[in-house]
Amino acid sequence: MVLSFFDQFMSPSYLGIPLMALALILPWTLYPKPTSQWISNRVLTLQGWFINRFTQQLMLPLGRKGHKWALLLTSLMIFLITLNMLGLLPYTFTPTTQLSLNMGFAVPLWLATVLIGMRNQPTIALGHLLPEGTPTPLIPVLIIIETISLFIRPIALGVRLTANLTAGHLLIQLIATAAFVLAPLMPTVALLTATLLLLLTLLEVAVAMIQAYVFVLLLSLYLQENV
Amino acid sequence: MILGCKLSAPVKMADRPVPIVEKRLLDVKLGELVTWIGGRDATPNGIFAALRRGHDRYYNKYINVKKGGIGGIAMLLVGYVAISYLWEYDHIKHDRWRKYH
Repeated sequence: MVLSFFDQFMSPSYLGIPLMALALILPWTLYPKPTSQWISNRVLTLQGWFINRFTQQLMLPLGRKGHKWALLLTSLMIFLITLNMLGLLPYTFTPTTQLSLNMGFAVPLWLATVLIGMRNQPTIALGHLLPEGTPTPLIPVLIIIETISLFIRPIALGVRLTANLTAGHLLIQLIATAAFVLAPLMPTVALLTATLLLLLTLLEVAVAMIQAYVFVLLLSLYLQENV
Repeated sequence: MILGCKLSAPVKMADRPVPIVEKRLLDVKLGELVTWIGGRDATPNGIFAALRRGHDRYYNKYINVKKGGIGGIAMLLVGYVAISYLWEYDHIKHDRWRKYH
């Protein structure tokens, strides 16, 4: 049955506890808390370096008011990247393949940026609905189009992350099944398929990191418009 | 002559009776095991404290060291994979026994 390939995304539960609970708690346990020691262990040093660099890069285009979002955006980035990467391990469950989780991230954060813009600088926020230099007859149509594009943003954010990860996992499973089934019949073709699988897995690692980054980056862009 | 009684064998700290529930697990005799389990603190606070103790032991042994390697995190991830496999076994066994995928 073709439908069985989607079974890996059904949230499995054992004794009534869904595996999603363990998968969601694990990223929190993987990052130790910084101590007040002068030189800490290697994991803490690497972690501190990465977080500082990332936050600095992310906060560059945002003004002082945007710096309030530093904690939220960096922790979101680390959470998403860890969830995505952990999902590439065998037999694990990736919570970010569930649309509900991604929409739960996208909609409130996007709405927060819009509300901040409307509250603090309503004229500028509404001004974003009309690009500069549009010919006058086109103005009404363009405002409608820009409003639609504004409301599509959270849906796009959530669905982008879900679709990328789901497609990646599905591809891995399909090609792995093909290689496995072909191995006793046509070993050479199976070897080629296995090479393809290796390349695909590397791609998936990259996609996992990139998608998390894109999510956070777009949010920071929306924030930059509205600050 | 010193008035005072000297015992035939000196009394050490370890000879004093310790309540069963306060012993560490490896010191509990087999017969006392049930009493030990029953007396442990199973309230949510107690469970969190036990998890915190376990986490601190693992962290200080494998990760919070001067030249930690990949072993500390690798063991954690392998354990996670193993737990995920066990958690999903009921679901995965159908994949193995199915004739057509």
